[in-house]
Amino acid sequence: MSGTVTERTTVQLSSAVVRFAGDSGDGMQLTGDRFTTQTALAGNDLATLPDFPAEIRAPAGTLAGVSSFQLHFSDQDIHTPGDAPDVLVAMNPAALMKHLDALKAGGTVIVNVDSFTERNLQKAGYHGDPLHDGTLTDYRVHEVKLTQLTVRALEEQIERGELNKKEAERCKNMLALGLVSWMFHRPIDGTVEWLQQKFRSKPELAEANTTALRAGWNYGDTTEAFVFTYEVPAAKLPPGRYRNITGNQALSYGLVAASVRSGLPLFCGSYPITPASDILHELAKQKHFGVMTFQAEDEIAAIGSVIGAAFGGSLAVTTSSGPGIALKTEALGLAMMTELPLLVVNVMRGGPSTGLPTKTEQSDLLQALYGRNGEAPIPVVAASSPSDCFDVTLEAARIALTYRTPVMVLSDGYLANSAEPWNMPHTDELPDLRAVFSFTTEPNGPDGTYLPFLRDPDTLARPWAVPGTPGLEHRIGGLEKEDGTGHISYDHANHHRMTVLRHQRLARIADDLPPTEVFDPDGDADVLILGWGSTAGPIRAACHQLRQRGRKVARVHLRHLAPLPKDLPDLLQRYRVVVLPENNMGQLAMLLRARTLLDIRSYNTVTGQPFASAELVRAVEELAFSEQEVTV
Amino acid sequence: MTEAQATLSKKDFTSDREVRWCPGCGDYAILASVQTMLAEVGARPEKTVFVSGIGCSSRFPYYMNTYGFHSIHGRAPTLATGLAITRPDLDIWVVTGDGDGLSIGGNHLVHALRRNVNIHVLLFNNEIYGLTKGQYSPTSPLGSIHKSTPMGSIDRPVNPVSLALGAEATFVARSIDNDRKHLTEVLTAAYEHRGASFIEIYQNCNVFNDGAFDALRTPENKTANQIRLRRGEPITFGQQGENAVVARGDGTMKIVPTEDAGDRVVIHDPTKQEPTTAFALARLAHNPTGPTPIGVFRDVARPVYDDLLREQVEAAQQRQGQGDLQQLLESGNVWDVLG
Repeated sequence: MSGTVTERTTVQLSSAVVRFAGDSGDGMQLTGDRFTTQTALAGNDLATLPDFPAEIRAPAGTLAGVSSFQLHFSDQDIHTPGDAPDVLVAMNPAALMKHLDALKAGGTVIVNVDSFTERNLQKAGYHGDPLHDGTLTDYRVHEVKLTQLTVRALEEQIERGELNKKEAERCKNMLALGLVSWMFHRPIDGTVEWLQQKFRSKPELAEANTTALRAGWNYGDTTEAFVFTYEVPAAKLPPGRYRNITGNQALSYGLVAASVRSGLPLFCGSYPITPASDILHELAKQKHFGVMTFQAEDEIAAIGSVIGAAFGGSLAVTTSSGPGIALKTEALGLAMMTELPLLVVNVMRGGPSTGLPTKTEQSDLLQALYGRNGEAPIPVVAASSPSDCFDVTLEAARIALTYRTPVMVLSDGYLANSAEPWNMPHTDELPDLRAVFSFTTEPNGPDGTYLPFLRDPDTLARPWAVPGTPGLEHRIGGLEKEDGTGHISYDHANHHRMTVLRHQRLARIADDLPPTEVFDPDGDADVLILGWGSTAGPIRAACHQLRQRGRKVARVHLRHLAPLPKDLPDLLQRYRVVVLPENNMGQLAMLLRARTLLDIRSYNTVTGQPFASAELVRAVEELAFSEQEVTV
Repeated sequence: MTEAQATLSKKDFTSDREVRWCPGCGDYAILASVQTMLAEVGARPEKTVFVSGIGCSSRFPYYMNTYGFHSIHGRAPTLATGLAITRPDLDIWVVTGDGDGLSIGGNHLVHALRRNVNIHVLLFNNEIYGLTKGQYSPTSPLGSIHKSTPMGSIDRPVNPVSLALGAEATFVARSIDNDRKHLTEVLTAAYEHRGASFIEIYQNCNVFNDGAFDALRTPENKTANQIRLRRGEPITFGQQGENAVVARGDGTMKIVPTEDAGDRVVIHDPTKQEPTTAFALARLAHNPTGPTPIGVFRDVARPVYDDLLREQVEAAQQRQGQGDLQQLLESGNVWDVLG
């Protein structure tokens, strides 16, 4: 948070990072969401990082129960939720304990002193009182009696009997939001309106939360404790119509868009799993688009229903996360074998096994590419930002419908829940998916027969004749089929031919892909940072910082993981060093080393958190420039 | 189609594939009954879909000149569910076996039945794993000696009809492979039922478990042991109807000589909403080694899952109008950045 004092109390900043942290029950996610909306409406570019425990209500006051929400906003184009916060709001000692280390040196910390009781300090693992033992000397500390202030603000309502004290205390997150909104000159009218809507049926709660919100704002305005306020001017975003969007929302909208643009009804068969369930919830609300959602009895039934729906001519999708994908494996092989178009969404989370359900990771890449018995290649695409989930989903639908294949869409826990402003497309400019497929309605074989495996010579896609079409009755299944006729075949030469054809069909997809985009503004980079998936933001930010330091680095971000772009091996060869950061133990790096015989340098962490850009800067320095300096 | 459709015959439902079950397998008789029945009820091949899992019975779709899907082990009800939800115009049959439908796929069977998805499930019960060459199955009787149970099975078998009734399936029946007339009657009733129907078909595996159903299949036994369930009729059986089914005070059923039963003979009513009586009938025999009920246990009307889902879609469209994509994207807080 660097800037200049332009007035006595207002500091102009280019960007700021604010983190709200408290108990799971303190409403931190909601507070963060509201602050995000206010910030978006103020015209900033932004990125968010919600972080919450897997337990719904972990014991109050403990480190395990801390939930946080970080928001990075700027007058510039930004790509990450920010490495270190400038402002930390700690609703209790556990939140302070867990998040103080992340706070920037000299940063501001707002603590709710009311919660700093001996018992809470103990639960958080403090032996002394951090407010008075020097723990906070490097920071600008605001001790605010958030709970007491809230109760006092709501005294009238308590007296009227509309609220009890506990209900009043629960509004303290709104008081905190009001205070931080005042600090950063964020208008709160939108939140007032939102509260009225949310508590439409409980006007006393609407009033209480609104009162607390305004009390927080006024507290900042009138008390002399706050010397500085901060202003982050609106970003110069490209013209267009914007909204905030999370990855899961964008993915859901992408599915609806694919349905509208293909003219096919959308069917989603799914089983609840963190962090993918929100897609099922969102789609369940879109029934007026003809969307059908089916909450199946398990992950296998979910993909089974989707295969059935695809056979019947729907645009079918199943949504899950790693453990669920593991269960779907056999059925996914069947979908590949029967060459039906459908989408499988994996919102990756920390693995293995149950792993870290609410945290992010990229460790299901090899599962996506190879996690099936036999030679079972399927296309895999990965989203790189929350809003990119929309575009990637449409691309996945294009591939599925064009080549008649299941397609895996990779998102992750970070993209799923974090938000960014989205310059919305005009829907009539979206890809026309009607043009890429048609149902077969006429016999395609000799004597009026139908050959379900007679392929299109260009795409190698097989025809898609749906039940109900007279004369084209046919049978498909998981047994190997004879090329063309689709009859069961155990012929060894046919099996080899069919296996090769299935690989070739995947390879044909690469023929249609545009050349890989390289970001190298000066065209003289000799180091390439390669990435895929949600690392795009941190890599982009790191690349920018490295260039500012004079490092000649370029970057490439892959959307298509299977098939890989055809020009990739040649492209990688042009660089002295290729660095590949991944939130796994080097899965794509291993694959690329095998494919290109190049010494790709891997940087890997699986902390459940996205990369910080500063961390990537250090990694690239180490992996690409340290030897050079030794030899120079 | 506007013009009247030609009457079809069994041949129209028969594919050009050579049937490859073992000679003498009970599956042949079932296949012929199904093909004939579909022609007789006026089904259309293009509107008919057979979905199967894995096992001998699951080869069935290849022999039907209809749409067909030979899926993976135990999962046929899930594919059928997705198809039924999205394609109400189709007539969807699931063909499964005791291993496929009750062991690996038991979960899906229960859920498809309780949801009342509009599908027909034909479960060929031969009390053996045939395709994997003779291991005991979830319906094999206790003590069965097979390849994986050289000292006899210690695994209490499931009664498929009890299970289906426990899942509150709206149509539950039992028939026998070699009784063409009875099987056709039951298949026809299932065809006419809206919602999930379940038919257990006793099917002889003459290679690995020959004679498992002799108590009901052989001419000398069948009259003595088949308890025919006929709607509205008293449940009696035997050469002269000399045995009758009566209810005990606790609701369970027992078999007594008809002459002792008086007016206590149970009158069969498969349309009772409560499945309790049907369940008590199903408990009369756990394995078909003696008198065993055959016929339609339960046939009740209940809202169908896929109909209900479509109704919600229509209601949403009426309330909100047909979805508008641009409007969807622009829902929530939107702001314009001017160039």
